[in-house]
Amino acid sequence: MNFTIDITGFVALYIYMLAAFAGWVIITGVPAILHTPLMSGSNFVHGIVVVGGLYALLNASTVTEQAIGCLTVLLAAGNVAGGYTVTSRMLAMFKTSAPVTIVKKS
Amino acid sequence: MFIQLTHLVIGVIYLVAAFLFMFGLKRMSSPVTAPSGIFVAGIGMVVAVLASFLYAFDVNAAAKPFLWINLGLGAAALIIGVGVSRWSAKKVSMTAMPQMVALYNGMGGGAAGGIAAVALFAGHADGATVLVMTLAGALIGSVSLSGSIIAWAKLDELLKQPLRFKGQRLFNGLTFLVTIAVAAYIVYVVESGAAPLLAMPNVIIILFTLALFFGIAVTLPIGGADMPVVISIYNAATGLAVSLDGFVVQNPALMIAGMVVGAAGTLLTLLMAKAMNRSISNILFSNFGEVVAQKQGAIKGSLKPIAAADAAIAMRYAGSVIFVPGYGLAAAQAQQKLYEFVKLLVAAGVSVKFAIHPVAGRMPGQMDVLLAEAGVPYDMIFQLDDINDDFKTTDFAVVIGANDVVNPEARTEKTSPIYGMPILNADMAHHCYCVKRGQGKGYSGIVNPLFYEDNTSMVYGDAGAVLGEMIEAVRGLGAKAAA
Repeated sequence: MNFTIDITGFVALYIYMLAAFAGWVIITGVPAILHTPLMSGSNFVHGIVVVGGLYALLNASTVTEQAIGCLTVLLAAGNVAGGYTVTSRMLAMFKTSAPVTIVKKS
Repeated sequence: MFIQLTHLVIGVIYLVAAFLFMFGLKRMSSPVTAPSGIFVAGIGMVVAVLASFLYAFDVNAAAKPFLWINLGLGAAALIIGVGVSRWSAKKVSMTAMPQMVALYNGMGGGAAGGIAAVALFAGHADGATVLVMTLAGALIGSVSLSGSIIAWAKLDELLKQPLRFKGQRLFNGLTFLVTIAVAAYIVYVVESGAAPLLAMPNVIIILFTLALFFGIAVTLPIGGADMPVVISIYNAATGLAVSLDGFVVQNPALMIAGMVVGAAGTLLTLLMAKAMNRSISNILFSNFGEVVAQKQGAIKGSLKPIAAADAAIAMRYAGSVIFVPGYGLAAAQAQQKLYEFVKLLVAAGVSVKFAIHPVAGRMPGQMDVLLAEAGVPYDMIFQLDDINDDFKTTDFAVVIGANDVVNPEARTEKTSPIYGMPILNADMAHHCYCVKRGQGKGYSGIVNPLFYEDNTSMVYGDAGAVLGEMIEAVRGLGAKAAA
């Protein structure tokens, strides 16, 4: 059995196309009032780059690769933690004056 | 067999992580579910990071001897990065949020560039497709890193003036072309078999230097009020770079999450550009606000100052008031005072709403966050399209630290640089108060005829001080009534 992930040219394009479309549709539904948390939230999500950084660092075999890999993980970890913290701080502040009702704004 | 098992686990976990990211972002579409949305995405991140340590069971042969060192370095970098960033993110004030987001975004871009750099320096590029994707990730990530840092410095006011010089557009254009040419040269040399990647570390260094330089050069001339667009663009760019890296390291979670962010950033960028009625290239390359030839004498009327206390008392006895906050409110950090004053008005039976222009502030939606921080319930906050018709029937429109977004010239004056930009109809209210520090012009460099209208009065002073006086005036009134 082989579970190694192997994504070749066209499959990559399909993934990109579908992900871009899904992202567009999901984000279109976010009301303007939440644009700042959306931005910092998506900022947090691209912090997933930390995973790629760890992969690169674990496979590093020269000092150059190790140094860049280490810096990469450091920056990406900062991106993740910072993005998450500021987003949840902001979202915790949004309150409604009415007793909890689902407000639908387009 | 065991190694395949780790790959199975990794594959499943990344599938789950990609789902959690999408689901989390989906839940961000309402203020009610949004806090749980970011939490869901956070769980996705934690499992993805933990799973990535499973890569340790299947590293390439050359890296095997360094495995323990690399693991240690990785863990240390993670702990330090998370620790420092979490600490800084906890103490940053809400008004400083745009520069903080720019900084985190730059870090993400730098990391994306770093992954591409490791792949390039290690000579991992099997085939033209992977090489092109790696180089694209390297370029976009690097531009996002240096550009975001400049954006951060501008927002933090370390860089006060946009840097502009003659022939700047040509210079930036040439820098861009040279950078692309160097990348193309690398692809050509490697694919023609003339030399392997490993033989040209110097060319790779030149490529990164050029890309970093381009990011700086292209961001320097952009002015403060265009920052919502710039931050959105770099957010999209980092997402795209991460997505390309995902292909390079064969990780679909990176590809999907990066591309979703790329789409989100692009959408926000277009929304911001639309809210200014300008194209993206106009925002990036036009040196807006530099030279504006405005017809003098076109403005009729005079500036009519009014004392803050008088304005406050007039509002206290009005039926309805709409506040239009702008960057000046954020700069004065006066959002708490504003809501304190609003609470007094509401207690006196005045109907109060807030009107937010899409590009008010320094990042998309910044005003909404500041008002939320002050405790304003979000059902009092209205966006441009939802409130613009209400101004006609409103007693007072109060513009605080905003200028171009309420400039009626955008509707009528075809020669104006902001012609066609959707504006808040503050001028249509029965009466308009404009709280302003001085008689200066807006970001666009043009005089705002709203300030000269017959039904407009100017309240001069720092927003914080003015609101302080307003609170005192209304409170004093209450005290007198009680006595």
